[in-house]
Amino acid sequence: MNVFVEAVVTAARLTLEGSPALWGVIAVTFEVAIVSTVAGIVLGAPMGFLMGASRFRGRRVLVALTNTAMGIPPVVIGLIVMMVLSRKGPLGFMGLLYSVDAMSIAQTLISTPIIAGLVSAAVASVPGKLRLQARSLGASRVQEALLVLKEARLGVLAAIASGFGAVVRGVGAVMMVGGNIEGKTRVLTTAIVQESRMGNFGMALALGLLLMAITFAMNGFLTWYQHSNERYERG
Amino acid sequence: MSVSDSGANGLALSGVGIRKVYGKKTVVDIERIDIAAGETLALLGPSGSGKSTLLSIMGLLEPPTEGQVLMDGRAVSHKDKSARSHMAAAFQHPYLFKGTVADNVAYGMRLRRVPAKTRRAAVTDALAQVGLEGMEGRSALTLSGGEAQRVALARALVLKPRVLLLDEPLSSLDPLIKGQLAQDFARIFREHGMTTLYVTHDQNEAMAIADRMVILRDGQAVAAGGVDDVTGLPPDVWTASFLGSEPPLEGTVVSTGDGVTGVDVGGPVVETVADHPLGARVLVGVRPEDVLIFDASADIPQSTARNQYVGTVADVQLWGVMYHMVLDLGGARIASRVSRASVREMGLAVGSRVQVVFKATAVRTRRLG
Repeated sequence: MNVFVEAVVTAARLTLEGSPALWGVIAVTFEVAIVSTVAGIVLGAPMGFLMGASRFRGRRVLVALTNTAMGIPPVVIGLIVMMVLSRKGPLGFMGLLYSVDAMSIAQTLISTPIIAGLVSAAVASVPGKLRLQARSLGASRVQEALLVLKEARLGVLAAIASGFGAVVRGVGAVMMVGGNIEGKTRVLTTAIVQESRMGNFGMALALGLLLMAITFAMNGFLTWYQHSNERYERG
Repeated sequence: MSVSDSGANGLALSGVGIRKVYGKKTVVDIERIDIAAGETLALLGPSGSGKSTLLSIMGLLEPPTEGQVLMDGRAVSHKDKSARSHMAAAFQHPYLFKGTVADNVAYGMRLRRVPAKTRRAAVTDALAQVGLEGMEGRSALTLSGGEAQRVALARALVLKPRVLLLDEPLSSLDPLIKGQLAQDFARIFREHGMTTLYVTHDQNEAMAIADRMVILRDGQAVAAGGVDDVTGLPPDVWTASFLGSEPPLEGTVVSTGDGVTGVDVGGPVVETVADHPLGARVLVGVRPEDVLIFDASADIPQSTARNQYVGTVADVQLWGVMYHMVLDLGGARIASRVSRASVREMGLAVGSRVQVVFKATAVRTRRLG
């Protein structure tokens, strides 16, 4: 039981006091999470929109592939990216392995199918005739698409939150391609692994609490948004 | 683009050689359809007759497989943004967007980059026109069916379209609201002078709203003309049955004079005010609503109705609140609508002998050949 008390006390002290090392870990965590979520949105949202709102040859295959990609273990994605970026790999010349960029690439591969799959489901729930209605009022194809995304906004936000959540809590891929280098590629999850291996349960728990706080803030925002827009949602 | 000579606000719209094929199925195949500037044309037909597809093509919402849409004589396509900016549509389901009523009504204006102040004033005006004053701030998704349909119409009207497309806008509403809205729509179309294409499967709605109608069957136009002409004299058996009347009678003009023409329809001579020469072959039709039935022994009150016959009830069907009755006038068949109370009172059934009365002015004719 002592180990828990000690851990909680340390966690509280560390969280309150903070330290340059801790802030560095948090900064890298956010950098990787934000870059890979934004990249996931840029790549995944249009793909999800296409899958959810249009009918084209190969759509079913794309949906199946996306759903499969959503379930690939991050450690496998880490392995593939590692092989591609390793010195003997096809992109080895770029020298990206064990860098924040490599971590962002791996995490983007995780966030993109999640965002694409969930945006696709959200968009598919918007009636197709709504687009026809918008077109009849003068909307261009892009304006139609924006309207559909706006109509599906709760689902789209949930997709983005899920993408962000997956990359912020992921450990396997970032560990493999980032290498958990202190002061460079260490993020909250890999730091937790590191500290717990060293027996520093207090520090590990403090980092865990921070991670939970980030997730809580994200979900809190979503819940607030949902409630504040409730009267505009379909019953 | 010039405004049509008629001086109306609307633009003339035509479709020439319009065909739409989905896979191997031809859903629309129309040689020509014309809507004059400022006119309301009803596209009438059963489900699956291709009327909504034709509306989408005429409204430049989707391209035809073959054919051309003309706006004031100029060929236009779904890619023509300027042509599309003259049009607006409302559908059977109002498809209101999330947000307030004002957000919805202002949607098309935002796309056209109309300044906010102008938008607000226009939204207020449009809502007043459809009887929804002061509803700007309401959430669009909390409205009743009738209110939502009015918002959908306001959202189209606020753009001051010169061509308005309406696809069964009243069919999901209850009869009371439907009747009220049909009247309101007809008034608004008149006031705006816009060209309107109105898709419906309800001929009563079409008659309340439209000037002319085109009837579609399996993607093809089977009848076109003035509302009274088409409903009064359906061109064939299918159209007559769709419109709830009997097929037209074919006959020969046997008498003329005093502005009245007598047509022998193979038994009785039907009198009409139409002018045809002696011996001409003509089609004759009369709307069921114009045909009155009296008991065989009743003294018919003095009336100006020139057509009075004794006939037999050949068929009786209950259609909603009224009975549809087919009457045999000794070789010629016409239909009549009779209230439930009258049917009960007179004890009408197949085989009953009745007196049948209708005015010469209610008889429509078309010369054959």
